[in-house]
Amino acid sequence: MANIVGGYFTSHVPAIGGAIQRGDQQSEYWKPFFDGFPPVRQWLADAAPDVAVVFYNDHGLNFFLDAMPTFAVGAAARYDNADEGWGLPVYKSFVGHPNLSWHLIEALVDAEFDVTTCQKMMVDHALSIPFELAWPDVDQWPVRLVPIAINTVQFPLPSPRRCLALGRAVGAALRSWPGDERIVVIGTGGLSHQLEGARAGFMNPDYDRFCLDHLADDPAALTAHSVEQVAELAGTQGVEILNWIAARGALGDARQTMVMRNYHVPISNTAAATVVLEPA
Amino acid sequence: MRRSIPGTALFDGELAERGFALNAMCFSFNDAANRAAFLADEDGYCRKFGLTTAQRGAVAARDVPAMLAAGGNVYYLAKLAGILGLNVQDLGALQTGRTVAEFKAMLVAARAGVDPDLGGLHLGPGSSGSARQRETA
Repeated sequence: MANIVGGYFTSHVPAIGGAIQRGDQQSEYWKPFFDGFPPVRQWLADAAPDVAVVFYNDHGLNFFLDAMPTFAVGAAARYDNADEGWGLPVYKSFVGHPNLSWHLIEALVDAEFDVTTCQKMMVDHALSIPFELAWPDVDQWPVRLVPIAINTVQFPLPSPRRCLALGRAVGAALRSWPGDERIVVIGTGGLSHQLEGARAGFMNPDYDRFCLDHLADDPAALTAHSVEQVAELAGTQGVEILNWIAARGALGDARQTMVMRNYHVPISNTAAATVVLEPA
Repeated sequence: MRRSIPGTALFDGELAERGFALNAMCFSFNDAANRAAFLADEDGYCRKFGLTTAQRGAVAARDVPAMLAAGGNVYYLAKLAGILGLNVQDLGALQTGRTVAEFKAMLVAARAGVDPDLGGLHLGPGSSGSARQRETA
């Protein structure tokens, strides 16, 4: 039976990639954010996962509005990053785990989640930057990847309740996988931020705190809001908290210990957070 | 019924339908050759993607609020902004009537509203370090 070692959650804004590229991690502006990662790296070194199941959202690299899946599960042997158009370096490719992907897909559809399956799927900065932050000095990623993309672009978006249920179904499928893999679940994006409109620059530390305070022990609290209420509370890009909610769901119903938590305002236009949870 | 959020238009089906051509053009900017083609002949490139008169005018004027009103989605518009040398703080300033310096100052000022128990690095009992502590002042 596969072993879920815990969850790693972090903001993924493109500006982080710019800071890494420039070597700005210790600058006054960026240090409070990057200071959150030595404990993440130590925890990952101790937990020694060999597979990552990652909930993230695509920003217009792989998916466009011509065909926008609500939930898309990668089933590829390899995932590439590519030019996203705004100057980030192209990040390293990922090795997939197609057998585990298909196991998840079978289990999810059996549980009545009608997911889109992707045998070819480019992954964007929302997936690459959390890996760059977690494993900054490696030539190849130490984990194989199963990516799960959640639509946070085109309303109607899935509800927080549905995302938690998706995550729980993923977790149940992982626990039923007969392999002996050590699996880290990753949720990327957020926290509160809004890029567009007259409310651009909106952040909401009170809502972020609500999310951080309930993530470990009462994730269902995050499902009390509709997704439109989340957009109001967290900002229109703050709805990326859906990825965190799904990832928390995959950790299962057991209580989780907060290994570390870092919160800093702002990076770019975003209230940034990083969290590690492990089974209590 | 759709919630009304001040200063915010949720990117719903109506906006997506209105903005499809503009967003499709922006999506094409993942390709460096397409970015170069746009810069070589902006209006011609806009016409190739079938942008409306309003959308072409908004692009020509670098009018971000008009691009949003014409159905542009910020995830895709960001790729156009990159070509124009604008980052998300520049976009924020353009949309809120602030200078870029004022917009950045507004973002930093939000830190003042962060409770010390929330902000900074906290290590839990499950970490390989010691008990919960705060690193940053």
